[in-house]
Parts: sequence; structure tokens; C-alpha cells
Amino acid sequence: MEHVMDKVKVGIADLNVVRQPQKISTSGLGSCVGLVLYDEQQVLAGLVHVMLPDSSLSRTEVTKPGKFADTGINALIKLMEEKGSIKCNLKAKMAGGAQMFNLASKNENMRIGHKNIVAIEKILTHESIPILSKDVGGHKGRSIEFDTDTNLLKIRTVYEGVTYI
Amino acid sequence: MTELSKFSQIHLDLLKEIGNIGAGNATTALSNLLNTPIHMNVPVVNIVSFDDAMNLAGGAEEVQAALLVEFEGEFSGNVFFLISPENADQFVQMLTQDPNQSLLSDDNDIAISAFLELGNILTGSYLRALSDFISANLYQLVPNAAIDMVGALISQGLIETSTVSDQVILIETVLSSDQLDDEIKGHFFLLPDPGAFHRIFELLGVQ
Repeated sequence: MEHVMDKVKVGIADLNVVRQPQKISTSGLGSCVGLVLYDEQQVLAGLVHVMLPDSSLSRTEVTKPGKFADTGINALIKLMEEKGSIKCNLKAKMAGGAQMFNLASKNENMRIGHKNIVAIEKILTHESIPILSKDVGGHKGRSIEFDTDTNLLKIRTVYEGVTYI
Repeated sequence: MTELSKFSQIHLDLLKEIGNIGAGNATTALSNLLNTPIHMNVPVVNIVSFDDAMNLAGGAEEVQAALLVEFEGEFSGNVFFLISPENADQFVQMLTQDPNQSLLSDDNDIAISAFLELGNILTGSYLRALSDFISANLYQLVPNAAIDMVGALISQGLIETSTVSDQVILIETVLSSDQLDDEIKGHFFLLPDPGAFHRIFELLGVQ
């Protein structure tokens, strides 16, 4: 007997897909971005927890595609297509990409949140997937959960409570 | 050396000793500053996935007060000091001698700067001990404080590592004090950047 969890949690640099009535979530997004792709026809939703904007930053073989915006989005679209989605039916919602600390170093990693957002938007434009709503940037951590019944993305922050986009 | 699985027990023991010396020095500095006994446990060195790193720090959604200090020099990395906001307030109140100071209040400028000063002293003594021990020239940058979800905070320290690995080496030390009203517990995490390990072992004469 197959037991279907009502909620699937996606870890950092990971990705997964759920079907209605399951929910999909990820927690503790800082500079990382949680990108949800969903398909209303198939009532499918996928989530990828992106850490870095591009797989060219990787100095080793990429073993976790969800870590990077480019490989993560590709892998997520592929997984959703395997489950019956057609790319032109996909829509996107996203949250995250904050800057948690005002770092002093000249380190490029400081603005990694912003770079993640820009990279994801560029790829989605290229793939012709519309972004219906987003809550990005700022200086706050976010936990998100996507509901396949309502297609709403629930966003929880420490100081501002819960919002839906 | 970027393949963490190639580390032997000797390597891990050395990293543990680094944590021991660093946190030991920091504990003494904190103890002197607050004029109260502070204890530390034996450091634990963990090679863990990013998700497990969050779990070790209390879970991705757990709210913590964090100090982040980057260091540069012969090698680079980050030191995190994580403590619950309530515990941090106790330190802040001792340091400012004002029982109304709180990091969670709206008017928290003084509390934040006291917390940052605490961080400066803690991580400064940690890094000084570390650089003395391995005779490496390390200097710390300006400390940063934030109070938010652990996952959001710690992931900043994982970015550099994430370009070469799906795992991270966490050198963790817990500080505690039973002399205060509530038990205080703080976590030190040393996250050397991936290239740092090779240099550390080289400086210590271990292959």
C-alpha cells in the first residue's frame, strides 16, 4: 500500500514535485530562493530550493542540480514533464533572495540573493514561464508552502507573520 | 583537498583541537568580560549535509540571534556564534547593566551594539587562538548580527563551500553557564572555506 504524505518538504539545494492535494514546502530561505512551478491542468506543483545562480560556479561535478538556478529549473521542468505537464502550461511563484548580513568583505557572495533572483527571472523569461507573484529581496528569512488546492504560496517570516501571494 | 570523505581521524582530531583552542580562549574572554564562570564542552567536528547543518543549529526555522564574522588572510572562512534571543539578552543586560535592554524590542540599537561588541570579543579571541596555534596570519572583518531563522542565517556561511561540495565541515562548540537565572547555551560554528583545509593541514605538517 502506498502511503501519500500530505506535505512534502524540500531541503536546501533540492527539488521535488507533488500532486493535489499534497502541499510542498521549504524552510529557512535566506539568500536562497524557493521557486515554485505549477500546472493547473495537471494539478502538479514543483519546488526547487536554489542556492547559487549558475552551475558554472561549481568547481566539481554537479551532483545536486537543485543547488543552481540553471540546472535546478531544467531538472524541475523535466520532472514535471515526466509527470504529464506541458511546459507552456507552467506558471511560477517565488520567494527568498534576501541579504541576511551586511558583510564587509568584497566577497561576491554578499549579493548572492540578488544574483539568484536575477538568474531565475532570466531563465524563466527564456523558457516563457510567467512569474505570477513573488516576494523577494529584503533582509528577512522566509519559509514557504505551496497549496495545490488554491495555488497560493504561503510565506512565513519571523517579524511579519504569514502572507499569501 | 576538497573531498571531505578523504579526511582521516587525525585530520578530524586536529580540527577538533582547533575548535578547542579557539573556543577555550573565547570562553575565557567572555567569562572575564561578564565576570561570571562560563563553561564549554569538548568540540564536535561534523561532516554533514547542508540540511543536517541546519538541524545541528536547531532546525531551519528556529529563531536564533547570530553573529557572523568573516575572516581572511592565509585562508578564509566564517565564524558563527548562535544563541537564543532570550539568552543573548541576558548577556546584553549584563554587559550594559540595564535589565531593560532586549534584542527583540523595537528600540534595540544599544542591545544590538552590545551584542556586536560581545561578538567582536568572542570571535576575536577565537580567531587569535586559532592563528597562534597554526601560525597563520588571519584577520577578522567587522562582525554582523541578525536575528532570524537559522536556515536563512547559516546558509550564508555555506555558499562558498557549496561551490565545491554538498557537505560541510562544522566545528561546533557549546558554551554554557549555570550561574545565571536561566541556563545559557551558545553555539560556535567554524566554517573554513573549502580551500582552507589543505592550508590548515599543511601548516600543521599533516598530509
